[in-house]
Amino acid sequence: MSTKEPILSVRDMRVEFKIKKQNALPWQKPDILRAVKGVSFDLAAGETLGIVGESGCGKSTLARAIIRMIPSQGGEVFWQGRDLMKMNEKELLGIRKEIQMIFQDPLASLNPRLTAGQIIAEPLKTHYPNTSKDEVKKRVRELMEKVGLSGRMINRYPHEFSGGQCQRIGIARALITNPKMIICDEPVSALDVSVQAQVVNLLMDLQKELGLSLLFIAHDLSVVKHISNRIMVLEFGDIAELGEAHEVINNPQSPYTRELINAVPIPDPIAERKRIAERRALEASA
Amino acid sequence: MALLDIQNLRITYDTPDGVVEAVRNVNLTIDKGETLAIVGESGSGKSQTAFATMGLLPHNAQVSGSIKYQGQEIIGLSHEEMNKLRSNEIAMIFQDPMTSLNPYLRISDQMAETLIYNSPDGKRMKKKDAIAECVRMLEAVKIPNAKNRIHLYPHEFSGGMRQRVMIAMSLLCRPKLLIADEPTTALDVTVQARIMDLLVELQEEFHMAIVLITHNLGIVAGSCERTMVMYKGEVMEQGSTVDIFGKPSHPYTQGLLSAVPRLDQDEERLITLDRSFETQLAEG
Amino acid sequence: MMVDVQKMEQFAENLAAQEEVQGRSLFADARRRFFKNKAAVVSLIVLCCVFAFSMFGHMIAVWPNDEMDWGILGQIAELGAPSIENGHYFGVDELGRDLFARVVQGTQISLMVGIVGALIAVIVGTLYGAIAGYTGGKVDNVMMRIVDILQSIPYMFVLILLLVVFGRSIFMLFVGIGLISWLDMSRIARGQTLTLKNKEFVEAAMATGVKPLTIILRHIVPNLLGVVVVYSTLLVPQMILTESFISFLGLGVQEPNTSWGALIAEGAGTMQYGTLWQLAFPMFFFIISLFSFFFIGDGLRDALDPKDQ
Repeated sequence: MSTKEPILSVRDMRVEFKIKKQNALPWQKPDILRAVKGVSFDLAAGETLGIVGESGCGKSTLARAIIRMIPSQGGEVFWQGRDLMKMNEKELLGIRKEIQMIFQDPLASLNPRLTAGQIIAEPLKTHYPNTSKDEVKKRVRELMEKVGLSGRMINRYPHEFSGGQCQRIGIARALITNPKMIICDEPVSALDVSVQAQVVNLLMDLQKELGLSLLFIAHDLSVVKHISNRIMVLEFGDIAELGEAHEVINNPQSPYTRELINAVPIPDPIAERKRIAERRALEASA
Repeated sequence: MALLDIQNLRITYDTPDGVVEAVRNVNLTIDKGETLAIVGESGSGKSQTAFATMGLLPHNAQVSGSIKYQGQEIIGLSHEEMNKLRSNEIAMIFQDPMTSLNPYLRISDQMAETLIYNSPDGKRMKKKDAIAECVRMLEAVKIPNAKNRIHLYPHEFSGGMRQRVMIAMSLLCRPKLLIADEPTTALDVTVQARIMDLLVELQEEFHMAIVLITHNLGIVAGSCERTMVMYKGEVMEQGSTVDIFGKPSHPYTQGLLSAVPRLDQDEERLITLDRSFETQLAEG
Repeated sequence: MMVDVQKMEQFAENLAAQEEVQGRSLFADARRRFFKNKAAVVSLIVLCCVFAFSMFGHMIAVWPNDEMDWGILGQIAELGAPSIENGHYFGVDELGRDLFARVVQGTQISLMVGIVGALIAVIVGTLYGAIAGYTGGKVDNVMMRIVDILQSIPYMFVLILLLVVFGRSIFMLFVGIGLISWLDMSRIARGQTLTLKNKEFVEAAMATGVKPLTIILRHIVPNLLGVVVVYSTLLVPQMILTESFISFLGLGVQEPNTSWGALIAEGAGTMQYGTLWQLAFPMFFFIISLFSFFFIGDGLRDALDPKDQ
């Protein structure tokens, strides 16, 4: 992986939010919350980088800042060698079709007033407005089949699909412009266990088939370990650890990673009870 | 005698689209001080079963079968009798503690209220004594500096702390049965681990039975003696946790266990659930 | 193995039917629920009848609305009561004019005022609120302060001033009502937009580079419609009431044209002479229409918000 030229490299990314104090007067300076504190990483073509951390660690903020959905207070983002942060709106639009996004809540990420077909077609219509109607429809059906939905469902509305199917629509929408990279923001955490496995498998298959790079954000370490080549652990906006998935899980270097791994329950009563006993003993001694 | 004994529970809903069966043919018993996990995905009827036990189902629900608490039939109890049971015997905690806490009242007022109006010995407690008792309970759930923090508002606590407050509140009347409906789903893993540790500890301290409703197989493995697996309103199997995880007999349980990626193992590919057993369900 | 089963199922499905399944949109669902609500359906029928009455009533009328019946004038209390024989189905007014024709014409004006006022509110208010809410920041601040300022002016005073300065005409009445009717709507639309803006589907559109105006028109406004439609059914009666009030004060429509408000005012003025029908007929139409609008609004709210059930 490391020999390849990175498709995305992020250098010293910083994001800050201004928080108005309670009962503050208009001229008082707001507090500043540093959500992302200088994060740097590379992502190679065809690679999956998992980003884990607990709520409020800045993982979603980081992803949104990279594609300039929210403003950042510093840092550089090189997309295939060009700095995203210095692009104008028009250049950025060209990039938007190469980087797509999948969201957490399958139903909330689909406009309830549009049909599955209209939803999937939206990026295509935005970036290639001259595509003929038949062409759009053909492409939408093709993608629906690809993500495991019947093309007959093209005129159905989101509320007529199950959670897993809605997430497949979201994936089809992200794929329609032939992107090079997909940012997955907790794509399976709202799904049932059995459906989660299907969607994870689908993502992995698609990645292999299309050579996609994935930025896979999740709080579930087990899923991240399963899908990622490398893992980045974020703690309060800082990188606690970044390395090969195996290394990070089996040989964690930072105490925070170790704490996270120890807290993840394992569905095996005998092993899990042993771990809990060890954890308690450790806490008692500390 | 079992603490809770549910026989042939069936819950149906009258909806504009006809009668919908949410739960059917559920049998379960819980003894004093035992921990039972009800595991299932969304729509499996696990929460419905708990709500029926608490008498908290919506009005258009119809319940048949029998739910006996210490030999007393719960189905058909009047509002007052059910309230009494809820305040003194059975307690419940929910996934989102914020929905069960009033954001406009201090924790002290909300907690003391339960004691003042429903104190275990039937007498009205003085406010000062009630608050002292509440502080003791907050200390039991390991909220640091409980004496001062009891006067804060709910939004001033973090998610994990709020869940601890909820647990403390549910323990005030020394319930014999605690129903925990996805108590850690909204929490981070490290917080989840601490809350689960706490529940196990409190169970020993207060000698209560716990029904843990969850979709997370991991936390079940760690802290429950018995497990019941539900799917689409029916019980797939129940038994000791070690047996069910070690050699699951039902194809659904097998599928569920193999669909979860594990931190301590490397899977080439996740095995997705084979739903062919559903045809057997429909026929049987 | 699993994949094979899925593929087989899909293959079977494809064979079974190649045609596309038609989806049920949220509006179709809402329509179905609305038509199950008896009060709302009855109200809708009543309202349609009132509409038909105002459109085609003049065809049945024997008398025009501005001609005095000299044979009755002077003995209105005795001869002016409703009767089929002399063609005054609703009787005559104080000046001997046919009340039936006048109610038909008054209904036209009142409904028009209500509907035009509500339409202005829906179009201007929704777009204004959606743009302010979606853009946010300083633009939002300035736009909403303008609404605040407009709302702080006592509008009845301005309206009366307008009618006095520019003369009484239906057009001025529309201008006056249009000026104020959209203010509340824009606030409601903005509030809803603020919640919608944080929904993931709007974020998804932003991430893919959809233009802001397209996002507002395609993703925000259609999802506002539920609230807007309900509010506008309540706004129609409010507009009718406003017009009635102005006409009651004598500043509304000009003679020989009339409206419900003006008719009710006249009827109320002659109550003591025993000509109660002059009050009763316009009042009847006024009340059933208002009730119908309220029930329809209620029905729409239940239909569009299934979470309550």
